[in-house]
Formats: sequence, C-alpha cells, structure tokens
Amino acid sequence: MAAPPAAIELEGLTRRYGERVALQDVTLTVPAGTTLVVFGPNGAGKSTLLRVLATLLRPHSGVVRVLGRALPDDGWAVRGRIGLLTHEPLLYRDLSGRENLRFHARLHGVAFDRVEELLERVGLRLRADDRVHTYSRGMVQRLAVCRAVLHDPDVLLLDEPRANLDPAAADLVEPLIGAASGRTRVVTSHDPAGGLAEADIALGLRGGRTAFVAPVDHVRNAEIGALYR
Amino acid sequence: MTTRAELPHTESPAGPTRPPSDDPPFVPLRVAVAALLRKELGLELRAPQAVPAMSLFSITTLVVFHFALQRGQVDGDLASGVLWVTLLFAAMLGISRLFVADHEEGGLDGFLLAPTDRTAMLVAKAVGLFAFLAAVEVVAIPAFALMLLGPSPPIAAYGQLAALLVLADAGIALVGTMVGAMAVQTRTRDLIVPLMALPLLIPVVIGAAKGTAPLLATAGPHSVEVRWLFVLGLYDLVFGLLAFALFDYLIED
Amino acid sequence: MLYGTRLRALSIATLVTMTAALALAFFYAPMDADQGFMQKIFYIHVPLGIVALCGFVWGGINGIQHLRTRDPKYDLRSYVAIHLSLVLGAGVLITGSIWARASWGHWWVWDEPTLVSFLIVFLLYATYQPMRFSIEDREKQARYASVFAVTAGAFVPLNFIAVRLAQAYTHPRVFATADGGLPAKMQLPFYLSLLGMALLYVTLWRYEMASKNTSWQLRALRRKLAGDDAVPPVGRTAAPTLPSS
Repeated sequence: MAAPPAAIELEGLTRRYGERVALQDVTLTVPAGTTLVVFGPNGAGKSTLLRVLATLLRPHSGVVRVLGRALPDDGWAVRGRIGLLTHEPLLYRDLSGRENLRFHARLHGVAFDRVEELLERVGLRLRADDRVHTYSRGMVQRLAVCRAVLHDPDVLLLDEPRANLDPAAADLVEPLIGAASGRTRVVTSHDPAGGLAEADIALGLRGGRTAFVAPVDHVRNAEIGALYR
Repeated sequence: MTTRAELPHTESPAGPTRPPSDDPPFVPLRVAVAALLRKELGLELRAPQAVPAMSLFSITTLVVFHFALQRGQVDGDLASGVLWVTLLFAAMLGISRLFVADHEEGGLDGFLLAPTDRTAMLVAKAVGLFAFLAAVEVVAIPAFALMLLGPSPPIAAYGQLAALLVLADAGIALVGTMVGAMAVQTRTRDLIVPLMALPLLIPVVIGAAKGTAPLLATAGPHSVEVRWLFVLGLYDLVFGLLAFALFDYLIED
Repeated sequence: MLYGTRLRALSIATLVTMTAALALAFFYAPMDADQGFMQKIFYIHVPLGIVALCGFVWGGINGIQHLRTRDPKYDLRSYVAIHLSLVLGAGVLITGSIWARASWGHWWVWDEPTLVSFLIVFLLYATYQPMRFSIEDREKQARYASVFAVTAGAFVPLNFIAVRLAQAYTHPRVFATADGGLPAKMQLPFYLSLLGMALLYVTLWRYEMASKNTSWQLRALRRKLAGDDAVPPVGRTAAPTLPSS
C-alpha cells in the first residue's frame, strides 16, 4: 500500500510582524497520523505557526502544504478539515454551550447529534443550556475542545490544550484530542517530558528560527532547556 | 507508524468514518448566512444592547432638537431634516457596536475557520444592521410624529416613506458594515466611525431628506420625486458592489 | 522603479509652466467685469481641484493594485498620492473660499456644487491618516488603507452626482468652467495652469516617493550591516513601512 501523503509540509516558511520576524525559514514534514510537538519560549513563534497552519495567516514566503493543498491559495479547500484550539476559546459568552456548538455545527455542516454526543463525552450535558459566562475555566476549555473537534478534522492544531484542565477533565478530552485519536496533530508545549511522550517529531523554536527538528527519540531534554535561556 | 484508517475510531461522527477524499468540505452561502444571522439576532434578543440604546438615543435627540430649534412643531424640509439627522446619529451608535462582540470574543476567528465564503459575514452583518435600524425606526418614527411633526401625512405617504426608509437603510447598512469592520481594528473605534461614515453617507442624507420633505409638508402633493429614489438606488448598487468586492480584505488576517 | 530620476527636469518644467501660466493669467487673460482681479484665482483654484481629484483616483488605483498583489510598494504610492491630494485639497478649499468672496461676497457658499462636494470629499480623506495611525499592525494598516482608498475613490463621482442633483434647478451655475465653454482668451492660461498643476503634483509625488524609498533602503542596509539593534524600532506611524529584505 502506498504511503499516505504527508499531512503537513513546510519549506522555508517565513512570516514577518512589522520589521521583526515571527517565523524564519521553517522547514519540516509531518506524516499523516503523527504528532508534532513544538517547544519554545513565549514569542518564539509557536502560536504564529499554528495560525498559519490553520489558514488564518498567510505565509510571507516559503511553501506551506496542508493535506496536499498549498496555502494560502487553496486554504479554502482544507479549512473544513482543520481543527484549532488556542488560548481564546472562540465562544460567545452570552450564548449557551449548546447554542455555541450548534452555531459552529451549522457553519461546518455538521449534524446536531454530533453536538449532543460531544457534550456528553466531555461531561457538559447537564450545563449545556447555561450561558458560557457562567462556566468555570475548565468547562470553557472542555467546550472549546468540543468546538475544535466538532467537524471531525483530519489535522488538529492545539495550543497548550490541557491548560485549565484538572486531571479528570484532561482524561475526558484525551480520546478526542490525544495521540490515540488517530489524527495528525501539532501541539505546543512547555513540558519537555509530557510533550515528548505524546509526540513523534519535535520542533524547537527560538525567536522564530528553528533550533532543532527531529524525531522524538533523538531529542534530549537539554536541547529543549536551551531554548529558554 | 499507524495510519488513521487502521486505528479504531473511538469517537464516531454522525456516520461512518469519512474516507479520505478529494472533496473539499464546503458550506453553501445561504446556510452560513442563516447561521450567522441567527447568532446575531439571537445575541441581540438574549442580551439587548444595541437596539434599546439606539432607540433611546433617538428619542433623546428629538428632545434636544426641540430645544435647539426652539420649536414645538416642524414640517416640510425642517421635519425631514430633523428626522434623518436623528436616524443617522442613532445609526452611528449601531455601527460602532457592530463587530465589537465578535472582535472581543474571538468570533471572527471562529468564522474564518469555517469552510465557507467570507462574504457570508458581510451579508449577515448588513442584514443584521438593517434589522436593527428597522427596529429603531419602529420606535423613532412614531415618537417623532407624536413629539415634533406638525402635519399628519395622508396614508399614501406612508408607503412612499417606507420605500425611502428601505433604500436609505440599505445604504446605511452597507456602509456601516464596511466602516464597522474597519473601525473595530483601530484603537480609536468610537472616533473613527462617525468621522468616516458621515461623509460617506451624505448622498444618502441628500436623497432621503430631499425625498421625505414633500411627504411631511403641510400642503401640496405628498409624493416623492423619483429622482431621489434613483440617487438612493444608485448609491446602494455602487456600495453593494464595493462591499462585495472589498469586504474579504477587511476580515482576513 | 527609480523615482529619483528626472527630478531636476521635472522640477524645471513645473516651474517654467507654472510661471508662464500665472503670467498669462495676470497679464493676458481678460479681467472680469463683475468680480475684478480676484476672479483670476479661478486659474489656480480649478486646476488644483482637477489635479487633486485625479490624485485621489490615482490613490484608489494603487489601492486596488496593493490589494491584488499585496506588494507594499503600491501601498506607499497610494499613501503619497492621497496625502498630496489632501494638501492640494486644502488649497482648493482656501482658493475656493476666496473666489466665493469675490463672486458672491461670502467666504463660503452652498450654491456651488463642485465646491461643496469637494468639501465632503476632503472631510472623508482627512480621516485617512488618523485611521492609519490608529491601526498598529503594519500589514493590516496597509490593507485597510487600500480598502479605504478604493472606497473613497469610488465615492468621489457618486458624491458629485448626488450634490449636483441636490442643487440643480434651485441655483443655476453662474459661471462657465473648464467643462463649459471658456472664452478664447481664458483658455490658454487655464490649460497651461492645468498642465503646470499636473506637473507640480507628479514632481512632488516623485520627490516624496524617492525620499521615502531611500530612507527605507538605508534602514534595511543598516540592519543588514550592523544588526537588528542598530536601528531604533519604528514607532507608531501612519506612513507605510517597507519590508527590510
């Protein structure tokens, strides 16, 4: 059987922010079904990388291919196959949990029973009709996870997904966004051990530039620590 | 390295696992517009902010006009002017608030991630603003008639007034959506909106005020000159095309 | 594109044309019986107005190019075009006011639809720089400015039509201008002045483009040679920034 095409291909990706560089010359390949973990201090470009992959930002130069389609021109074709989870939950505080998910379901052409199923799985079914501004931070994060996987994306982009989640909640969302879900994932992390454990490839960013990119077994904790100095 | 097809699917979508296909998922425009409008109007009904504020503001403006003009009653040109200035300034409030909720709660990103045409946001916001303006007019126009308008226009005039309102509101809605989208990214949002929107809306003021004046006159034919309907229609067409062509550039990153 | 070439030739051409035009206007063109000498300001006012409006449209065209290609050089061209036209526009309003005083005795009149619609256009474009200044993200600033330039450019003719319609039948045009029928002796100074204003605009535009381009290139060179820290970071500015690579 032929190997499936790489889910993500980057060649010389560069993105500026004013005169500064947010990402400089990033090159890597993420095969389908594998996980890329991204390490780096704040401002290293991790969030920018995720936003470019999510088709929200255009690359200033270089090649970006997601699921075989070149961005930004073919971004419209893959948007529906990408799920993004960032620091902002992208939820309306005055709408209920269920209403928020139904809104996103309509925008993605997803049936409502998927909404109910996800609410059940993250343990929010009982509070689903309460407005989001009454939710605790952990509940908001769980709802955001539902939003990110609602349309069953092939590629998941996760910016510190377990923030605000207690161990019980983290267990609830694990099958949806964890390595066992079978999706291609890009995860940012500040935790060397945890990050390496759930990934296949690791990327270290510092000041927008690639410090290292290698399969997980070839990366030492010292290299990760060096990024933060 | 296992591929996705080999792993057991622990969570199931509404049907069997979607086979990897080349068909890009895409949601048609009308579905996206309906979803956005539903959210827009739903939010306003759930936590009313814009419409009550705009309505109250319009009534307050009428009171200010009474004292500023030192009149108990107005008719003809003056009445038309008072009415349209009141509606216009209330619209400024609505335009300033139009994209704020989305900008603050990340709603724009949520929409930008959806596999649909960006124009859906333009249509939904413009229709939403139009609906808000109509709701405000339901309050403001009777208030105006009660408080300041001298003559009572004949029934036939109401239909023509409605036509003018529809055309003028469409223009305000289109310009308002563009200016609102631009303003929400600036740091001086509340200053930029009136500065930019008012000059752009002067042709609407011209068409609407000149058109309405004979309807509110004490005597004479209570009919709108077709010329003003033409001006408003042309304006709506030009700005409709402009908005359609340019709006995508305003909301993408 | 090198903007600095032919600047000297252009400057001389502008100077010569404008001087000739003004000389003709003062000495050759007929004196208006009613308005007297002040009427001659028409030879400055109308050409300024025409060139300013063309400048706004040129700004809009560059705006379209910027949106299509995302090349920041078009944003710079658009910015310079608009802000020059705004300066000329202020001149139009001032000379228009003087002319109104000479013709009707008031410093401002609503009777002249061209002047009124010009005021509206001026008020609109006056928001261009404040809007740019209030958006910090450079790329967004440039993109929004281009959308503004295109919208405002399309607005100019629409506004002109609306204001004309509002005035028609109530205040007939009192004097003929370039699109009417100019008496023969007025034509030469007028067209010469129009040419002179156009040359003035092009020369100033090229000067400013050359100046801005050069300072950005200088900055880029400094950064390459001495590192990122050798240049102070660009503070908030309304002017377009060009990429340093």
